[in-house]
Amino acid sequence: MTYAGLAFMLISVGAVASLLAWCLVRVLGDKKPRDHFAHVEPVGEDDLEKR
Amino acid sequence: MTTKQPDGWSSKLGVIMAVAGSAVGLGNFLRFPGLVADKETGGGAFLVAYFISLLIVGLPVCWIEWTLGRLGGSRGYNSSAGIFHAVIGRPWGKYVGILGFIVPVGVYFYYVVIESWCLGYAWSSFSGGLDLGRDAAAYAAHFKDFAGLGADGSVLGLKAPFLFFIGVFILNYVVIYRGLSRGIEFICKWGMPLLILIALVLLVRVLTLGTPDPARPELSVWNGLGYMWNPDDVLGGLARPAVWLKASSQVFFTLSVGFGVIISYASYVRRDDDIVLSGLTATSANEFCEVGLGGMITVPAAFAFLGASAVAGGTFALGFNVLPQVFAGMPYGHLFGGLFFTLLFIAAVTSSLSMLQPGIAFLEEGLGLDRKGSVALLGLVTAVGCTLVIWFSEGLKALSTVDFWIGDVGIFLQGTILVYVFNLAFGFEKGWAEAHHGADIAIPRFFRPIIRWIAPAYLTVVFVMFMLRNLAGWNLSFTAPAFSPTEPVLDLIGGDGHPASAVARLTAVFLVIFIVFTIVLIQRAGERWNRR
Repeated sequence: MTYAGLAFMLISVGAVASLLAWCLVRVLGDKKPRDHFAHVEPVGEDDLEKR
Repeated sequence: MTTKQPDGWSSKLGVIMAVAGSAVGLGNFLRFPGLVADKETGGGAFLVAYFISLLIVGLPVCWIEWTLGRLGGSRGYNSSAGIFHAVIGRPWGKYVGILGFIVPVGVYFYYVVIESWCLGYAWSSFSGGLDLGRDAAAYAAHFKDFAGLGADGSVLGLKAPFLFFIGVFILNYVVIYRGLSRGIEFICKWGMPLLILIALVLLVRVLTLGTPDPARPELSVWNGLGYMWNPDDVLGGLARPAVWLKASSQVFFTLSVGFGVIISYASYVRRDDDIVLSGLTATSANEFCEVGLGGMITVPAAFAFLGASAVAGGTFALGFNVLPQVFAGMPYGHLFGGLFFTLLFIAAVTSSLSMLQPGIAFLEEGLGLDRKGSVALLGLVTAVGCTLVIWFSEGLKALSTVDFWIGDVGIFLQGTILVYVFNLAFGFEKGWAEAHHGADIAIPRFFRPIIRWIAPAYLTVVFVMFMLRNLAGWNLSFTAPAFSPTEPVLDLIGGDGHPASAVARLTAVFLVIFIVFTIVLIQRAGERWNRR
């Protein structure tokens, strides 16, 4: 492998690994309170009729 | 007002893992390394084009899908057709989302078959049945027999390949029946870390291989890495349209953009939850698996044992002919081979699950089916499609026909449609504000012109080039252009020395029926949605 190839590999792999690490730190460090409901869907008339 | 609690993700990390699991697939470990190592269109030029495509198409379309998906979900829609119906707000809007059902379900027809090959090869490797010595022909013959390349219908019956297929098919539906958090999220939360752990073990093994055959010192891991990463003529390569076409295609395939998966997954995210950081995290996880792991394992290992000629055989040849031979040549090869195919299987199963969810979501909200009904109907549709692919296995003709018309053309078309809907039908400024609602980070401002102008223009050019290349057979040369129909087209219409394929035609007819069936379903769904 040439020095240029080594540089190419290290920069490419380093860049994606660093980006992933930065993202994971941000995501895992997120302390915002969450509830565990995805979203609340209003029930349509047809659904009410079924019940 | 009465409310009901629908299916949803249990955590932010869960949805990120699920999206990353959808994106990380066979392409990361087999297709990407093969493209980089391609001496015609690969190397440094390919990598530069790849990262530029990631920046101006991959990430923007990802964020667009997350944005439209979450917006559609907040309005009570989880399928592509429903989301476009809500976002566009016109009677024809729902039909724009048709590819969000056709593409993932259509790709599932053959993807689950390949997934079963991975499981079968993992089993064979661990049990020592894949150690066929040093004869390359033995591995090719084994794959031909296992995949039924020699004759149609040859894998059907009580044989290992068919039993693996049935097992994998049922496994997918058992998981999908359990729902998002108990099914897909559970599998991805365990599967993705396990996948990365296995990949790291394999990476250490490959990087410590040194020179496996001292009599041939030129065949070393170091030279294998060089074969893949040495940037040859970068500027010359970037002037070739084929390089850009391959790079942008790979970005599309690897990120699952245009599949209709991210938009559906994002619809289950809460209205106030972040999507910018989540989208970036899922994308970077996929890129780490592709560039950092996939790019360092398969090609260097194959090169170190077998040389450059072994690397240039295409995705299936690299995965199922070359690599088993490589693993057979190293100490504890059955163990490392088994781990590698287990890795491929995990990558494949997290992707195939994501292909079913958009279909399930559409059948539930469009036709009012419950989970049992939607799983049964989608199971029936995919069983018919998979039967076609696995029955007509000779030369993988049915598989390649579905792959081209649905997996290639459909994805490009859907990706292009997404960008135009976001910018024109929904409105860029509204979309930009919507993306930032609840966001943990801001999208850098230089993405504004990229999303608004550059991505649509780039996608349009690439889509036209793709169609000219793959339908009209353009040689991608501006100086000496030539056109000759390509194999997928010749398979349907025939040509000099290339008779039309009955299997390809039958598959095309099936796909047309599938599309008409989907249009009817969307029309029925529209009537239901209009009554809301």
